[in-house]
Amino acid sequence: MAAPTHRRRLIVRVAVTFVLMLGSAGCASADLSTGTGPPVEGSGDAGPPVTIQYWNGFTGGDGPYMRAMVDEFNQTHQNITVESNTLGWTDFYQRIVAAVHAGQGPDVAAMQLDNLATQAARSVIVPMEGAITEMGFTAEDFPQTLVEATEFNGHLWGVPLDSHTIASYANIDLLAKAGVTEQASSGTAFESELGALQGAGVATPFWMPNQWPAHLMFLSLLWQNGGEPYSADGLTATYNSPEGVEALTWMVDQVKQGVSPTGVAKDSQYLAFKNGENAVTWDGIWQINDLKDTAPNLNWSLAPIPTVFGTPAAWANSHQLVMLSQRSPDPTAQQASKTFIKWMIEHSQDWAGAGMIPAYNAARDSTEFESMPQSALAAEVENFHYMPSVPGIGDVNAQTLELAVSEAILGRLTPQAALDQQAARADAILASNAEKFATNQG
Amino acid sequence: MTTTTTSVGAPTAPSGTEAWDEERAARKDTREGWLFCAPYLVLFVVFVIFPAVWGLWISLHRYDFTLPNKPFIGLENYTSLIDGSSPWASVFWESLRNTLLFSVLSVPLLLVLPLAIAMVLNQKFAGRNLFRAVYFAPYVLGVAVIAVLWRYLLDTNVGLLNYYLGRNIPWLTDVPEAWVSIVGVTVWWTLGFNCAIYLAALQGVPRSLYEAAAMDGANRWQEFRNVTLPGIRSVLVFIVSTTIISSMNMFGQSYLMTAGGPGNETRTAIMQISDTGLRQFDSGMGSAMSMIFMFFLLIISGSVFWLTNRDSDEKPKKKSKARATA
Repeated sequence: MAAPTHRRRLIVRVAVTFVLMLGSAGCASADLSTGTGPPVEGSGDAGPPVTIQYWNGFTGGDGPYMRAMVDEFNQTHQNITVESNTLGWTDFYQRIVAAVHAGQGPDVAAMQLDNLATQAARSVIVPMEGAITEMGFTAEDFPQTLVEATEFNGHLWGVPLDSHTIASYANIDLLAKAGVTEQASSGTAFESELGALQGAGVATPFWMPNQWPAHLMFLSLLWQNGGEPYSADGLTATYNSPEGVEALTWMVDQVKQGVSPTGVAKDSQYLAFKNGENAVTWDGIWQINDLKDTAPNLNWSLAPIPTVFGTPAAWANSHQLVMLSQRSPDPTAQQASKTFIKWMIEHSQDWAGAGMIPAYNAARDSTEFESMPQSALAAEVENFHYMPSVPGIGDVNAQTLELAVSEAILGRLTPQAALDQQAARADAILASNAEKFATNQG
Repeated sequence: MTTTTTSVGAPTAPSGTEAWDEERAARKDTREGWLFCAPYLVLFVVFVIFPAVWGLWISLHRYDFTLPNKPFIGLENYTSLIDGSSPWASVFWESLRNTLLFSVLSVPLLLVLPLAIAMVLNQKFAGRNLFRAVYFAPYVLGVAVIAVLWRYLLDTNVGLLNYYLGRNIPWLTDVPEAWVSIVGVTVWWTLGFNCAIYLAALQGVPRSLYEAAAMDGANRWQEFRNVTLPGIRSVLVFIVSTTIISSMNMFGQSYLMTAGGPGNETRTAIMQISDTGLRQFDSGMGSAMSMIFMFFLLIISGSVFWLTNRDSDEKPKKKSKARATA
């Protein structure tokens, strides 16, 4: 007789434990403080000793430059120690979101601009306009387009460290063989440049990728053509506009006209560039150090991508220094964080070594920066276009736009059909995102 | 059971413990058993049962753990996937279809090829151990390594394979070529594991049975059909189930080699679920996808068990009788 009652009691106990676990797990994201703490006093290094955590994703050729800057900061600041944690961008946001909501987030992080709205909507990062003023920065210290892009919901969410864009890399030796001395800056000039290269024996001088960075090329051309990828309210995809179709058609035509081989697989356009199999490739300026390291004998130049359509424009993104929401904020750590961010921005000419364009105007005007290959693009800064500040926009891009570009370039769908199909899906995702994030505002 | 009781008090009074044991068996007192299982059961409940039940619960919500509002929406995640009104529906079903296609293509190869190789490696010849190691070698490499390696070899324009073939076959950027590549690489990569298990099983088949078969005048096929296959039967069942399950869980190869492309043609179910649940934090939808995926997995594994256990009903009965007498 004893056994059944015992078992029943056991079942009840298990059930109660279950409910308790469910409850505690459900409350995991309790109140997070979204302030940046009291203003910094004096040099910012006068307070009690404090250690702050700094997370970033600089695992590539940019890593050593970031480490050197953090080391220098630590050496010049007696009372502040910055512990740097480098995670890699692929799962950076997954981890930092989870850490912040578990109350284990860092004090400072570097994030990409196109992620700020998403992280703001998820209460991962805090409004920074107050802190920016305390640091002594004004909107005039940075390119205007970049400051505007940092805004979301009436707040500024990060301090711009750099801009990075896509640019045109060219093999100088092959260009010389074709009698070209300078990279083309217009669409027609680019066409004749490619023709000359083919004449000089480079059968396929410009390879058209179907994956990364194909969508960045498409976005740049779309903006050049006067189009916009998304409507201003972030509720509709507009990349299937006539401007978008024209831009994608130009890309597909490179394959059709034989300037590019068909079915260029992931990264092959870049590999082929390093091997001298093609002569021109468009890629991110963050590849500069990789190219220097892995193809030391290659003689190359960097220029803005040619203006194929009406207006000069190029896709760009920006690394931003942000402060994270805290469960139990520590004013000393918050002051130290602001001191650290201020110092990093003021020393961002050192960051240019990583292949980036410093966002801080003074750093961009420095002599150190002028010696960098990417300084060729500095004059273009006001032509850079950034993704609109819409929560979840990065995923929408990855799930729809990238797919449309890929399908069209592989010749599986016409540009019009590919863009229409994915724009319809994007609209559905944008609507569900808007609903999801809107019900959670305030 | 016998070993545990002997360790408690057997050395001095074996007959006494036996009587005690019988009495307890009559009362169906299994507390001791539960106690011994407890360490495992705790882990099992916390890390398997609880997450599964919680996942089911999450799938009934619009659940994003970073947002304060997680409304209960009943079966909406499921119905919107099934009636196609969710923007993820078409991609999800396509990814399920791709996963199934991959399994149908790779499982037969992963069952037959390793068996053939194991039978050859089971013969006596010079350099046998070298070959055994060679076939197993790729298996010790991680998926990231083999994927990057083969991406270079299979590249349409700069790859070694096309260079030797003198053609431009889009191994990774078009279908069906991409499936040929992914299935081929998977077979090359995991063949060694099945091969090693087959080999162990083959070595366990008694020599005398082959001798008897030879005396009965069996030819090679009859020998294989009537001695080898029945001899490795239980191992075969194990290999069939694990191969099917690991094929259904395929992720790394297509994630790293084709990034799910061209289009979404090689996107697998696991890829879609992790994208939805872990990258977009749409845990509700992601969990609903997992539940639907699990449903299909259960059907497939269930039918494998049913098919393989159909004509071996005798064995379990014998076993339980043996346990009762012990």
